[in-house]
Amino acid sequence: MSHALLQNIWFVLIGVLLTGYAILDGFDLGAGVLLPLVARSDRERRTVFQAIGPFWDGNEVWLLTGGGALFAAFPHVYATVFSGFYLALMLVLFALIGRAVSFEFRSRVESPRWRAVWDGVLCAGSLVPALLLGVAVGNILRGVPLTPEMEYAGTFFTLLNPFSLLVGLTGLSMFVTHGAIYLMNKTNGALAERAGRWASRGWIALLILTIATGAAAWFDAPARFQGKPAVIWALPAAVLALMAWTRILLAQGKPGRAFLASSLTIAGLMSLFGAACYPYLLPARNAVDIAGYQGLSIYNASASPLTLQTMLIIALIGVPIMLVYTAYIYHVFRGKVVLEEEGY
Amino acid sequence: MDPVLLARIQFGLTAAFHFLYPPVTIGLAWLIVYIGWRYLRTADPEYERMSAFWIKLFAMLFAVGVATGITMEFQFGTNWSTYSRFVGDIFGSPLAAEGVFAFFLESTFLGVLIFGRRRVSRGFYWFSSLMVAIGSTLSAFWIIVANSWQQTPTAYRIVGEGVFRRAELTNFLAAVFNPSTLPRYTHTVVASLLTGAFFMAGISAWYLLKGRHQEFARRSLQIGLVAAALASLLILVTGHFHSVQVALTQPAKMAAFEGLFRTESGADLIIWGFPDTANQTVRLKIALPGLLSFLIHFDPKATVAGLDQIPRENWPPVELAFYPYHLMVLLGGWFILISWLGLLLGNRRFTHRPYLWAVLLSLPLPWLSLELGWMAAEFGRQPWVVYGLLRTQEAVSVVVPAEQVLATIILFGLIYSLLLALVIFLLTREIARGPEPLAVVPAQEVVR
Repeated sequence: MSHALLQNIWFVLIGVLLTGYAILDGFDLGAGVLLPLVARSDRERRTVFQAIGPFWDGNEVWLLTGGGALFAAFPHVYATVFSGFYLALMLVLFALIGRAVSFEFRSRVESPRWRAVWDGVLCAGSLVPALLLGVAVGNILRGVPLTPEMEYAGTFFTLLNPFSLLVGLTGLSMFVTHGAIYLMNKTNGALAERAGRWASRGWIALLILTIATGAAAWFDAPARFQGKPAVIWALPAAVLALMAWTRILLAQGKPGRAFLASSLTIAGLMSLFGAACYPYLLPARNAVDIAGYQGLSIYNASASPLTLQTMLIIALIGVPIMLVYTAYIYHVFRGKVVLEEEGY
Repeated sequence: MDPVLLARIQFGLTAAFHFLYPPVTIGLAWLIVYIGWRYLRTADPEYERMSAFWIKLFAMLFAVGVATGITMEFQFGTNWSTYSRFVGDIFGSPLAAEGVFAFFLESTFLGVLIFGRRRVSRGFYWFSSLMVAIGSTLSAFWIIVANSWQQTPTAYRIVGEGVFRRAELTNFLAAVFNPSTLPRYTHTVVASLLTGAFFMAGISAWYLLKGRHQEFARRSLQIGLVAAALASLLILVTGHFHSVQVALTQPAKMAAFEGLFRTESGADLIIWGFPDTANQTVRLKIALPGLLSFLIHFDPKATVAGLDQIPRENWPPVELAFYPYHLMVLLGGWFILISWLGLLLGNRRFTHRPYLWAVLLSLPLPWLSLELGWMAAEFGRQPWVVYGLLRTQEAVSVVVPAEQVLATIILFGLIYSLLLALVIFLLTREIARGPEPLAVVPAQEVVR
């Protein structure tokens, strides 16, 4: 296989991993953010924890694998983004550390104060990544200042521009909607009703913010629109159609299918993000020439053909097996959460 | 402050802390598989009770391991971006493979272990524990592959200039099975088994000393001690092969381990001493004549390269490699002694109070030896981050301000200390509470 073909395949595969992350960890991030908003009693909060408990760890592995794959396939992007977005990434790490232990620690002590602390940690630990991952996407769409040596040339505050914050809120509303629909599927009674109300609110916010992001991008990230074939406009149309479908299914009281529609909406938004950036992984906002490209593209930032090919073999062996057992475990834990009094 | 020193402190701190968790969970995972298998074979509820109790402790340790592992996956990029550019073509693949082959497996099936006891059949529950054990053991393989390539880089060519200068892969399998991978992997995995075994044995010894949960504690002590006896011998064997490999592929590191300043034929094996780099000697040493030469070359007269063969600027920090290495070896001897003593004591091991105290007090020692071994391995590689190819001094992120690294070191220090305090608090609480009474452990209903 030619180097260029492998580079393109890996652009798609990194996109698939990050989309898998956004859909799967997306629902548990959203549910974590919603915890104080939908659950009023310890019993309801336990239900939320139980609803995401068996899955969050496996879901987060999509991010870890995405990070590892980015390191292997596009080492320069891994190096530039993670060192350049240092403080923002550290905030995400601290948040993920907190939420990871909250699942195990919360149930161990019965005291309401102890549990309130870990409820807070789960909520904050979910809110920070749910917001900042979108901010990172916004900065990539908009482009960041880069040096000819591929290094990030801005500061922490460069990242906090209005456009990227808007994308951050879009991402947050996407995760909240998705998490709310998930909770509608996994819970009963008042909890499920509250989750339903948040699904509606989140959906309206997502619709408005997505349109606002598209409009703002036209002015603040015009380079993402240049040189694209006209057929690209099918993508935003599909995203809007999927959003409408989600709403219709919610109105019809079909949360199971609405979850599928919401997952496809996320996949659509991620495809839009990928198509807008292609062939760049980190476009430069300033005029800079990095081996013929204005930024880090799949062509100037990738690994060697042998590494890309080896990684492709690893992915072709490992991913199908992983998908089979992941699907089976979701099947095992299907249905609504039933709390067992003597369990946890 | 020196940004390189700060980045090293941060990496050392976060890695040392992370390394407290995966080894014990790997060891415990296999012991849990064994207990679960006994349960499947005998249907004896005592085994189910044991399985439930050790899984509970396992889950807590595992959670902190996962939480602190996320940091490691991203820290190469955040703090060592020059390193990441240089090694990414080779180092990234094992990290990605670890995700695809290992992380998914262990984390997905861990959900079954924690939440699924009453949802799946006994057989599938046991199968899930096996998948968690295999996943965590595979995870160790891939991360040690990556780290071993730094120690003994193989199957690469250096291409490019400036920021594009990097090591490119020429043969994946040769890079994966570089000379130090298997010695280091086997040594680490048996050390992990030992850590899990001493954890199980130590807690069981405490119950026996307190006269609580007799049957539970006897069986668990038995399993822990047998595993420890086996693992402690395998540590000696794998440690030997690992040392031979270091002597052959990283002579500077072996010379630092042994405080061998001058090349010698018939080199002594030092049991203990005080290296003095300024005067290039080891003071007050207790040594076995010719044994180092014999162990490496099977010839007591053979020549072993000393630091005099290495340019001074390429010397590892001798004291920092020597002391951890020798302490680790001494601890290895203690593990053999204490575990085999237990087997020799026969049934008296369950009642012999001084012996039970010794087992209890030995509980933290495998952690100490793991940390020391890792320090010896990493200090011994200095001044290189990739042995002979890239210096640690040249590997850090150029764009991260030193004060930001300092700030995150302080935050990591606070959060990780808090996590350690919490996990110890919760573990001791669960241990004090003890295994659930037999009647309360609900019988499993077999679904499908």
